[in-house]
Amino acid sequence: MGRAELPLHAPGTQLDKGYIGQSVPRPNAQRLLQGRGAFTDDLRFPRLAHVAFFRSPHAHARIRKLDFSKAVKAPGVIGVFDGRAVAEYCTPWVAVLAHLKGIKSPPQHAIAIERACWQGEACAAVVAESRSQAEDAVALVEADWEELPAVIDMDESLAGRTVIHPELGDNICFKRELDTGGVDETFAKADLVVEETYGFGRHTGVCLEGRAILADYNAGEHSLTVYHATQAPHMMQDIFSRHLGIPEASVRVITKDVGGSYGIKVHVYPDEMATAALSVMLRRPVKFVADRLESFLSDIHAREHRAKVRLACTKAGEILAFELDDLTPIGPYSVYPRTSGIEGNQVVNLTGGPYKHQKYRAKMHVVFTNKNVTCQYRAVGHPIAVALTEAIVDLAAHKLGMDPAEFRRKNMIPDDAYPYTFPSGIKFEQLSHHQTLDKLLALMDYKKLRDEQAALRKKKVYRGIGIAAMIEVTNPSPAFYGVGGARISAQDGATLRLEPTGMLTVMCSVTEQGQGTEAIFAQIAASAVGVSMDKVRVITGDTGVTPYGGGTWASRGAGIGGEAVLLAGRALRSNMLDVAAAILKVDKAELDVRDNAVVHKLTQEEKMPLAELGRVGYFRPDTLPPDFQAELTVTRHYTPRQYGFTFTNGVQASLVEVDPDTGLVKLLKHWCVEDCGTVINPMLVDEQIRGGVVQGIGAALYEECLYDASGQLLNGNMADYLVPMALEMPDIVCAHIETPTRQSQLGAKGVGEAGTAGAPGAVMNAVNDALSPLDARVTSMPFTPERILRALGRVA
Amino acid sequence: MKAAPFAYAKPRALEEALDLAARPNAKILAGGQSLIPSLNMRLSSPELLVDINGLDELKGIRLDKDTVRIGALTTHADIGKSDVVKKHLPLLVAAVPHIAHPAIRNRGTIGGSLALADPAAEYPACALALDATIVVTSRKGQRQIKAADFFKGLFETALKPGELLTAVEFKAQKKDDESAFLELARRQGDYATIGLAAFATNGTKRLAYFGAGDRPILAQYAAKAKDLESAKAALAKDLQPPADLYHSSATKLHLARVLLERAWNTL
Amino acid sequence: MEHAVEATLTVNGTEVRRRIEPRQHLVDFLRDELGLTGSHIGCEHGVCGACTVRVNGEIVRGCLMLAVQADGCQVETIEGLSDSGELAQLQKAFHERNALQCGFCTPAMLLAARDLQLRNPRASREQIREHLSGNYCRCTGYQAIVDAIEEVLHGKG
Repeated sequence: MGRAELPLHAPGTQLDKGYIGQSVPRPNAQRLLQGRGAFTDDLRFPRLAHVAFFRSPHAHARIRKLDFSKAVKAPGVIGVFDGRAVAEYCTPWVAVLAHLKGIKSPPQHAIAIERACWQGEACAAVVAESRSQAEDAVALVEADWEELPAVIDMDESLAGRTVIHPELGDNICFKRELDTGGVDETFAKADLVVEETYGFGRHTGVCLEGRAILADYNAGEHSLTVYHATQAPHMMQDIFSRHLGIPEASVRVITKDVGGSYGIKVHVYPDEMATAALSVMLRRPVKFVADRLESFLSDIHAREHRAKVRLACTKAGEILAFELDDLTPIGPYSVYPRTSGIEGNQVVNLTGGPYKHQKYRAKMHVVFTNKNVTCQYRAVGHPIAVALTEAIVDLAAHKLGMDPAEFRRKNMIPDDAYPYTFPSGIKFEQLSHHQTLDKLLALMDYKKLRDEQAALRKKKVYRGIGIAAMIEVTNPSPAFYGVGGARISAQDGATLRLEPTGMLTVMCSVTEQGQGTEAIFAQIAASAVGVSMDKVRVITGDTGVTPYGGGTWASRGAGIGGEAVLLAGRALRSNMLDVAAAILKVDKAELDVRDNAVVHKLTQEEKMPLAELGRVGYFRPDTLPPDFQAELTVTRHYTPRQYGFTFTNGVQASLVEVDPDTGLVKLLKHWCVEDCGTVINPMLVDEQIRGGVVQGIGAALYEECLYDASGQLLNGNMADYLVPMALEMPDIVCAHIETPTRQSQLGAKGVGEAGTAGAPGAVMNAVNDALSPLDARVTSMPFTPERILRALGRVA
Repeated sequence: MKAAPFAYAKPRALEEALDLAARPNAKILAGGQSLIPSLNMRLSSPELLVDINGLDELKGIRLDKDTVRIGALTTHADIGKSDVVKKHLPLLVAAVPHIAHPAIRNRGTIGGSLALADPAAEYPACALALDATIVVTSRKGQRQIKAADFFKGLFETALKPGELLTAVEFKAQKKDDESAFLELARRQGDYATIGLAAFATNGTKRLAYFGAGDRPILAQYAAKAKDLESAKAALAKDLQPPADLYHSSATKLHLARVLLERAWNTL
Repeated sequence: MEHAVEATLTVNGTEVRRRIEPRQHLVDFLRDELGLTGSHIGCEHGVCGACTVRVNGEIVRGCLMLAVQADGCQVETIEGLSDSGELAQLQKAFHERNALQCGFCTPAMLLAARDLQLRNPRASREQIREHLSGNYCRCTGYQAIVDAIEEVLHGKG
């Protein structure tokens, strides 16, 4: 137009703060508080049928014969189907990705056809008028099995005397080796070498809402609508389309309220695919909800590892090298589409993370077993990598007689050393290890705790302080999955629409499972556009409505989805000002949007409420210049481009008291100082951290999926599998350092998984610190009383 | 999981209840806090559930001279709130907070707990420690069974087909009696890893362990020992605790000794 | 073999009469028959607490009670207790402190919290944790819930 446009902000400021940084309560929480959530199992449909699955009682068995003759006659039964019948409607999949060199896995069907490969694998489906009737009929299915040798032990699997999938040659799903070179020389010359082997118990997510899917095929249109408790509706849209043979745009995936997920509900489950296939076959809606017993048998498990770790350092305490040999047993199939190789791969990438050593060698094997399948679960490989790193670091500090916090300080990458490339190849934009450590030690009053510990030791009260420093992968680019050929989107989009009354609708492809996605999008959108939060409505989880995107995983919602919302908000604001300028017949540069009104930028005088702008823009465009069209809906997408992964850092501490007579660990307190860049809603961020910490505590002290030698899950119920409950959990103190990423205007990194990543390591170190005067160490999680008493020698 | 189908009857009188209970494949429904989970998980499939919650004569707590009589349908919550129990049976009151959680305690009953005889449950051990008398009714009349004779094995009691546990009687604790209740569990309200209901009266100790065998066990050798160290040593003769999912047999025995030590000075 | 049994119960103040299959537990009846989907199912073994409802003024596990056993009883669910305003103070505190994330455990948590408020309004932080010890939450780690209840019982600051 000629005249210079007045900038919206002073140079150097990133954005109008608005609601950014405020602990706003979540608008979409209020209906949940009144029991007015809409979880998938709450939905009612005409002609809705229910499916229950006949599941293999054996870990490994050929299905010789299935007899449905009694089951089909049971009351309410619509049909009973085997793997072959379902395979006519659903093609199999193979969970491999090109960038995980050498990864292999056999094809997997929705319902097993030739053989069952784990106890709990679905081998037949019963569809009936009610779930109860379906279960009654499942009890009438008769099967003739030929039991096969089951591979259960990870060493047995690696040795490969019995190969689960003979066509693959061995039981190795994936292996990786990494070597910076110079490792042997470094260890040979080091003043101190410490070595320890750590065990991590297989465990699982235990989402309170079971996996849930309601598939509704419409034969008249050859279209499929799936109400699915999933984190990634677009990914599922693509998968249903390709495997069920329905055109992509004729598949709509709608995600209503999800009762917890933590990664469990981001994977493809054969029983869910079978449910969708059955809806297509039967031409009516079919629902499946995994009950708790099924969940333990068939929700993905995770994190079973045995890792041998070595650390070389000087006598002055400078870490020179790490070496890792990790073995991790998964189930009989790599899980689709993200593969079961990623967790182990991450352990290799992240071991030693906070430190400035240059030499590193790692060897890692992912092996098949006839236990339940495993895949990504909150924080993926981080809990393993952080725990083994921080434990061996503590051990080295202990052997040198150095304070563990000081040992870390000596070795952490300096805060001004960025950008930095780590020995495993990962790149850090900017971290703040030293600032976070300083803040942690002040927050917990470290010296006072050490003094108390010393005084109590004299009275035979054994307290322990454990620290765990960590790095965390967030905001991943296509480097995680896309480069390997997966149709998993690492970009997200947001559409913002100004409504005629001046309200704002935000539609975003990132999803909500309770972490507060919709709340922060409302905060960002309101701030970017200039409206108050009560005017904003957010829609997520509907492939028919939102832009195309990746959904929730790898702590990307705020950083990627939030950025898309911000960009769209700014663009919409600009378009709104175009309309306002046309209405008011003034220069756009003189105007701004603030508090639900168009205002004069300099005087802040209200020029027009947004409702008036909406009225004219939508209902009276005839009053605007002939060549002008109001565009009050804007979509923007965002992909992080500069860094494959935007790393964050944090440090946690655990204070425990161990009873050496009973082996019970009392958690006295926990701290976390985290740097996730721009904090959009401090309350929500802290609550994510707290929830994550308690999940990590579960792994450290309580949770383990126990299998016997024949592959039977021994504790697959809520009484025998122990999850953290309120009385045993500590208060958790959270604080932050903010180092925004420069890759986006928002500057937000991710934080959803941080708590889980660091807590197991902090608790392990605390327990070992408590036991140290008694010359005992524990290295195998969970640290049950049994393991602690044995380490103490109280039990033979 | 959804329960398999069954028929349901709610008798209004004890006689009718006894007739129904005698039917083949019938199960008694009292609080349901143990029965219904097993039905939901299809671990058991009775043909008939006999709901005895309408039988008022099975409710109530009464002090009769020096005997406290607790009706089988008395809930854990009511036992915990009862002034009679607080005053005369402190051991039982001490056990209540360890039994599951408030919502379960509002429905679960002492009769159900005793009749189920879960070896990791609190009341069977308390009954054994206090030398309680279990009152059992059938068409033929009433029987009194001493706790020591009642618990026969894993989920196995002296109850015969056609019999209903209708009440349990305890001698009120006397002035010089001492009791101690200790339970170790990984989380509040879980079934015990191991527990000890201990009662000292007239110079004798009754040490009833739970979670230490297929039924609550009186540690008789340990109870007769002169001092703590010999009691701990003697415990190996009393208990051969089976391993559970998380604890070896040796660990259970060790923990039993720890509880003994912690209870000893109270007694 | 099994016959539907007629039962009459009062649910959130309204009398309801139905023929009910004996095997159907109370929370399935509330959800499927009456559309009261605010009470949730998490395990059906009575451990997770997600199904907590109030019967004759006492909190119970809805999955451990047969619907037919509720004959003659007063049943209250999250919907009724929200509409009546009985939970308003707790709901506000939960909201302000983000004492919920996915919301699946929340109706049950509120009922347990209200039960504590009625029975032991001077409960300490430890006692609050103990009273909630039968309600599983995977999202929050419990602290925000304890903070919210503590605030309602003892006021801010």
